[in-house]
Amino acid sequence: MKCSDFLQELTNYLDGAIDARTKAELEDHLAWCHNCYVVCDTTKKTIEIYRDSQLYELPEDLRTRLRTAIISKCHEKKKAGPEQA
Amino acid sequence: MSTIQPKVGETVSDELALVQAAKGGDVNAFEELIRRYDRNVFRIAQHITQNREDAEDVVQDAFLKAYNNLKQFQGQSKFYTWLVRIAVNEALMKLRRRRPERTVSLDEEVKTEEDSVPREVADWSPNPEQQYSQAELRDILTRTIQGLPASFRTVFVLRDVEGLSTEETADALDLSIPAVKSRLLRARLQLRERLSRYFHRRDGASAQQKLETGDGNQ
Repeated sequence: MKCSDFLQELTNYLDGAIDARTKAELEDHLAWCHNCYVVCDTTKKTIEIYRDSQLYELPEDLRTRLRTAIISKCHEKKKAGPEQA
Repeated sequence: MSTIQPKVGETVSDELALVQAAKGGDVNAFEELIRRYDRNVFRIAQHITQNREDAEDVVQDAFLKAYNNLKQFQGQSKFYTWLVRIAVNEALMKLRRRRPERTVSLDEEVKTEEDSVPREVADWSPNPEQQYSQAELRDILTRTIQGLPASFRTVFVLRDVEGLSTEETADALDLSIPAVKSRLLRARLQLRERLSRYFHRRDGASAQQKLETGDGNQ
């Protein structure tokens, strides 16, 4: 297996979306190719860092304000009737 | 090396009942659906629009559009996937309005200077995120993901941040599964490449200096 072949399968490998035979071939490649090991490991860390980051959390006061505004419009719509939306 | 597991994506068993009740005019049931997904919609919207006011508008517009069109939701997909599809479209409209000079499309074949061939293969520090304060880390992550084309950013956020499956992401974005996989691979590799400039093994002082001068983001 070449490094370019490994890269093509990287996303499937990280997502566990590959069959056992391909997985074994990829892991065989990882065992001796340090560059691919590093790329694979740091890509996994990239995903984990973004997943665990708390970017763009919705503050509770804004959350309440938005929900109240939406619900108020839903009530208006309900009063007006479904055809006039 | 273990694989990545999705963070969210559990189907809530009573969700369909809430949708049915909301269809019948039960606003309280719809309010419960808002409580379940407003944080997700806000996060997705802000990632796409890169603007907080726009993200607030998207949350309101997407939920109202969902409420007004509940009858069209047939239940073939999860309510959340259907809602995300509405929210992504609203967010892309906002983005187009703010950047009329640039066509923003999920279908565009994006040509970027960085291709998918890794150049930075230095290993990272064992706990790279601990090299920086929370505020610095947030800044690094935000600037890094903002540098991706909208189509890559959107796929990455839905798949890797929000935990939608490949199929759900394809459904929400109206893309083929190979298109989702291709964008996801390139998004992951480009983010990895850019983050490597901050996180690879080196002494803390030079890492800090790079962050302060901002030259790690180019």
